[in-house]
Amino acid sequence: MLKNFCSFIMMLEGEFGLNMTIILISLAGLVICAILCVVVGNLVKAGIAMAATSAVLSVIMFFLKAPLAAAFELSVCAGLIPVIFISAISMTKIRPKDELAELKKERIKRFLPLPILLVVLAAALLAFLWPHIDSSIPEKIVSLGGDVQNILWKKRQVDLLGQIIIILAGVFGVMVFFKESDTE
Amino acid sequence: MSIFFAVCIIAVVLIFTVGIYSLLVTHNFMRILISIEILTKAVTLLLIAVGYVTGNMATVQAYVITIIVIEVVLLAVATGLVLGIYRATGSLDTRNLKR
Repeated sequence: MLKNFCSFIMMLEGEFGLNMTIILISLAGLVICAILCVVVGNLVKAGIAMAATSAVLSVIMFFLKAPLAAAFELSVCAGLIPVIFISAISMTKIRPKDELAELKKERIKRFLPLPILLVVLAAALLAFLWPHIDSSIPEKIVSLGGDVQNILWKKRQVDLLGQIIIILAGVFGVMVFFKESDTE
Repeated sequence: MSIFFAVCIIAVVLIFTVGIYSLLVTHNFMRILISIEILTKAVTLLLIAVGYVTGNMATVQAYVITIIVIEVVLLAVATGLVLGIYRATGSLDTRNLKR
């Protein structure tokens, strides 16, 4: 099986080149990680799967010539968010084993149609997109469309203002919600 | 349309479907937050793919950075809300809010 997988990778590499092969494999990994996030029963494991999803997405971003966004994604979404998540989960109590087993059965029943839905959707999309696909590989980007810093600080200044307001709102929100009430 | 962009569109739709499906069937607050995270991942991937195909990566990176900032703030505030609800009801189940 490993031999078949390796020969498949070699075929992809011969067809599309190394970078595009890595991107295509990473896209498959991204979908698998996203499915794992929602299917896994344990919340901590789901948080780790979410971090893995972000890490794979940052790899894709890096290979698609977006290194700044990739660095942000890797440090914030794969680093900070799982920490917030797992610390919040650790503040809640663990349920008894009987209840967990019952919940697991219920989860399996609820998520059973998901793989079927995904396969049908992928097949339908492939059938729809197939006539429009040509064998061309996207040309290498000659221009990055300007300097990121220039766009972020000069052309999209209103975005920055919005980000500052959102961060302040978030800080006040966290202060209010995480504060222990005096009456307790 | 190149094979790369077609595969990207399929991946985005699949990830978005996973997020929406999980959002619809789950009753746990933390899982709802995970579903929202997955939805933002799909949007980010679509933005990056479109930027790559159109050759406009700088603008797209600026948008992605904005999305990431909003995502973190949303998650921090939502986690605080969820913990507040947990303290009040003793459960992370959304059905307990009806009581």
